[in-house]
Amino acid sequence: MNLLKRKKIAMIFFDRVTKIYPDRSLALDQVTFSVDRGEFLTVVGHSGAGKTTLLKMILVEERPTSGAVYLDSTDLRQLGRQYLHRLRRKIGSVFQDYRLLPNKTVFENIAFTMEAAGRADDDISSDVPYVLELVGLADKFWNFPNQLSGGEKQRVAIARAIVNQPDILIADEPTGNLDPVNTFEIVQIFRKINDLGTTVILTTHNKSVVEAVGQRVITLENGRLTRDDKNGRDAL
Amino acid sequence: MLLNFKRIVKSGFINFWRSGVVSFASVVVLTATLFVIGGLYLGQALLISSLETIKEKVDISVSFQPYATEVEVMAVKHQLELLATVKEVSYSSREDELADFKKRNQDNNLIMQSLAEVSNPLGARLNIKAVDPSHYENIVNSLKTEDVLDSTGRKLIYDINYRQVDIDRFISFVKASGRLGSAVAMALIIISIFTVFSTVSLAIHVSREEIAVMRLVGANNRYIHGPFIIEGVVAGLLSSLLAVLLLYPAVIWVREVTAVFPERLDLVGYYLNHFSTLFFLLFGAGLVLSVMASFWAARKYLKV
Repeated sequence: MNLLKRKKIAMIFFDRVTKIYPDRSLALDQVTFSVDRGEFLTVVGHSGAGKTTLLKMILVEERPTSGAVYLDSTDLRQLGRQYLHRLRRKIGSVFQDYRLLPNKTVFENIAFTMEAAGRADDDISSDVPYVLELVGLADKFWNFPNQLSGGEKQRVAIARAIVNQPDILIADEPTGNLDPVNTFEIVQIFRKINDLGTTVILTTHNKSVVEAVGQRVITLENGRLTRDDKNGRDAL
Repeated sequence: MLLNFKRIVKSGFINFWRSGVVSFASVVVLTATLFVIGGLYLGQALLISSLETIKEKVDISVSFQPYATEVEVMAVKHQLELLATVKEVSYSSREDELADFKKRNQDNNLIMQSLAEVSNPLGARLNIKAVDPSHYENIVNSLKTEDVLDSTGRKLIYDINYRQVDIDRFISFVKASGRLGSAVAMALIIISIFTVFSTVSLAIHVSREEIAVMRLVGANNRYIHGPFIIEGVVAGLLSSLLAVLLLYPAVIWVREVTAVFPERLDLVGYYLNHFSTLFFLLFGAGLVLSVMASFWAARKYLKV
């Protein structure tokens, strides 16, 4: 299938993306790949391989030095800063360091995402308990992040990421700070979300995560895409 | 729109409360700044009042010869009152002058004995107040140049007493002190404004990670910015109230310290009468300062 056709049907399309940071470090080097709607993609690679930069390109936290990133055929290079919040409402993000709002309770952290999207109070009252139940934290409504364990914080972050029913869920090393039991449970939550139709892109360097997901895996090495395996079990 | 506004206001109040130490630090610094601004406002009032008092006290004292009759002196008084530059002329008779002189020198036996031996050596007196202090010199000059004579051609005026130089010097001194005070106060205000900006910036710098997260979960700039502005409004309101209340013991202290001055402004009364003006002045200043600082500082971190 040629690149032009691929760009038109893929949900996300990286077209020869290169990213060089101001300190001249090369994070991505001519990376080309696409992600289809409903796909579960795992990105693997060592620290510094360019995994986080790749996700930042989708969130437009960073912009390519050359090449282009397309989301639903929209060239993200052309997207003005004033429209970024609309794009980001379509994407749920989960980070290794959770990035919860420390001065807000669990409920408020999740509600904030809905409020920012202009959702009604009634929706917030019904949806927040629902997603918290989905991630197994129905009893932690009024706790602050510093009163939660790492696994619990990550579940809150996932609940926050999915509450607006985004088209895409991106997760940057979401199990990096978790023990094996929590890691397994978090991966199961991601699989459940993917089963419900959300496109999931997850970065990791944990072999057990790749095996537990068991789907497509791309491998980055020093910013270059070196492998693209349909079956992730063989990737690491 | 209204829903967002309600959420922003609520969030601002909650953030202010939960930020604890950071909010406290902002309020302390802002209160100190507003206290200086309030002090400057009251200081200006004190200065203006002192100048008015001094101006009130200035007059020209015209002493007449002992042989000048009341009719002659009253004629001069009438002539002076016709001048547009003259506000008021008061008359003191020879007898009044003598009584006053005796009173002032009652402890001086030599003077009292000498007075007993002669008839009243003093002449009548006219005290002239001008419409404006700048008119005094002209009035004095006209009295000096136009000879005021009686029917036999004798000079009626014995002396014209007007301590222009001393008074000018004193007014200049008060004005210079005022200017110096204003300069010091302005310097203090500028330093305080920088301190407020630094404190608020620091408070927002602490929240930079939060701001980045809010951006990443799809909040627009207005929604992120709003609560910081509300926090600024709350800090401004609290600080202005605190500063106005703290000024009360300060004005009482100034009243105690200046109790030795015979003519002084009732600063406590002035403070109480102008309480609302002072509060709104400080509230306005606090609001502008804290909101501008919040706006400026938060903007820096909204570029993610």
